[in-house]
Amino acid sequence: MLRPGEQSSTPAFEYFGGDRPRLVLQGAWVVSTLADQDGKLRELVDGQGQSGLAELDLNGLETIDTAGAFLIDRVLRGFASGEPKIVGGTPEALSLLSQARVLATQEEHAPPVHEEGHGFIDLLERTGRNAEHMWQEFMETLSFLGGTILAISTVLWRPAKMRWTALVSVMEDAGLDAVPIIAFLSFFVGMVVAFIGATTLAQFGATIFVVELVGFGVLRELGGVLVAIIIAGRTNSAFTAQIGAMKMRQEIDAMQTLGLDPMHVIVAPRVLAMMIMVPVLTFIGMLTAIAGGMTVGWLVLDINPTVFFNRMQDSVPIDQFWIGMSKAPVFGLAIALIGCRQGLEVGGSVQSLGHHTTKSVVQALFSIIVIDALFAIFYMELGI
Amino acid sequence: MSELAIKVRGLKTAYGTHVVHENLDLDMRRGEVLGVIGPSGTGKSVLLRAIVGLKTPAEGDVHVFGEDVIHLQSEDHSALQRLWGIMFQDGALFSNLTVRENVMVPMKEHSNLPLRLMKELADQKIRMSGLETWAGRKYPSDLSGGMRKRAALARALALDPPLLFLDEPTAGLDPITAAGFDQLIRDLQKSLGLTVFLVTHDVDTLAVTCDRIAVLGEKSILAIGTMDELRRETHPWIQNYFGGPRGRGAIMGAG
Repeated sequence: MLRPGEQSSTPAFEYFGGDRPRLVLQGAWVVSTLADQDGKLRELVDGQGQSGLAELDLNGLETIDTAGAFLIDRVLRGFASGEPKIVGGTPEALSLLSQARVLATQEEHAPPVHEEGHGFIDLLERTGRNAEHMWQEFMETLSFLGGTILAISTVLWRPAKMRWTALVSVMEDAGLDAVPIIAFLSFFVGMVVAFIGATTLAQFGATIFVVELVGFGVLRELGGVLVAIIIAGRTNSAFTAQIGAMKMRQEIDAMQTLGLDPMHVIVAPRVLAMMIMVPVLTFIGMLTAIAGGMTVGWLVLDINPTVFFNRMQDSVPIDQFWIGMSKAPVFGLAIALIGCRQGLEVGGSVQSLGHHTTKSVVQALFSIIVIDALFAIFYMELGI
Repeated sequence: MSELAIKVRGLKTAYGTHVVHENLDLDMRRGEVLGVIGPSGTGKSVLLRAIVGLKTPAEGDVHVFGEDVIHLQSEDHSALQRLWGIMFQDGALFSNLTVRENVMVPMKEHSNLPLRLMKELADQKIRMSGLETWAGRKYPSDLSGGMRKRAALARALALDPPLLFLDEPTAGLDPITAAGFDQLIRDLQKSLGLTVFLVTHDVDTLAVTCDRIAVLGEKSILAIGTMDELRRETHPWIQNYFGGPRGRGAIMGAG
């Protein structure tokens, strides 16, 4: 065995053909020195395998480990003739060789494995399976929604069952702590909207319409969607990772055996907290976005804040604000629901945690856009 | 070349203000199986971590095969890492790799073997640790606890290291599997001439596999010696340990 400071001599072999073919081994056959011998020995067995081997000479062998023993044994098994006579060799070497033989020829009782192919038909098969899987995901998310609504109604019916501490702590983590980033980003988005308006409207000499642009845009669409997207990236992934880690450490199983329903303990507080906090955050987002628009109007377009506010009160109906706010709890529900469901789906491995966290964020963003589109159609039909 | 596999002198380890070991000395000879026992919380695993360099001690020296583990340069440290295999308490297999790929990780890192030979060798190690070859294609999460321990042993043995660290190898296994594991460790130790550092709670494992036993306690080594020598110790914990019903049973079984 190689120890620090010791140098192993390189292993070598020599094959003598003829009537009594002999294989003579020399040097140290250990894992650190074997790299070159593997290929040469394969060639030897391929070329001379049929002529057989009568004698294996181990007199020159210095040291050997299990890797070397495996390699030598593989060569012996490769030669067609029966067992060769082994000359020389320490008792350890001989015992390692016989151990290698026992292990290598062990019978396998393997369960059949399904190997995934990579042909065209397999591609079609995978595509079909994925499409069906998407539909199943959708149905399962709906059934999870049903379960959540049931859990929340139970909790609201019997408030003693509610985990108030969990609710408040989630509200702080996902709500209060998100205020700075939401305010900051919304402010800048408001500024961007006003800038777009400023450059385009200036061509018509109608820069005052920036007020309408910012008012309608932010209140009706941007405020709510922007907040929902930030929360989907920030909180939804956190939910999945937290719950997934709990699942991996069998905390969820422990909860169930103690008679605690994860739907009540984990899902209900998170969903409720998000349904309360996303509207609050949306409100804050709208305020700061309008402030951002107003800042641009004031500094770039010379629209006085008082004028800005008066015009907004006159020309932007309050309905627009309520439309924006009406979506917020639905966004919150969707984000919390998807985050919790994907967290509970996590299996035993680290990979599955990563997989479900990704899936959770993607599904949350997808559902935000779809829900927003559905609301747009709904309000258009209502004529607001 | 030093005759001691592991030499620990004046070791002090601490987490914050909580001192785990103080002034701990330990000698481990080459080719012996040393069992480390002690009440829970006396830092058996911490001692293991300190020896392999995962926990930097506050004071003291650790030498493995004559090399100073704590002050080693990174290349030398990598050379030293080839000389030991570690089996962690719950396996610590990489969950994104199959068992066979797990066994191949140290080979890829520390040797230049051809890939095909590496795969064949990994399969051989998997069989050596008492699993069947097909288990190599599974992911760790698909295996039972006992199979995971065997897979972890296969990874620890990947490079035929002369020194093997085992952290509670039989904890959580049924007695028959545990006995099989003890026998496996003993067989491997004999055929490969391994030095084994074994942290355990299992009296049966101690009786079957260990040449000497070190008892940790009171921040240091309370006693070290063969099982018979330790049974003559007067320290109450040691008396209790070997004199209790489980200890007596194991000793009778081994005798």
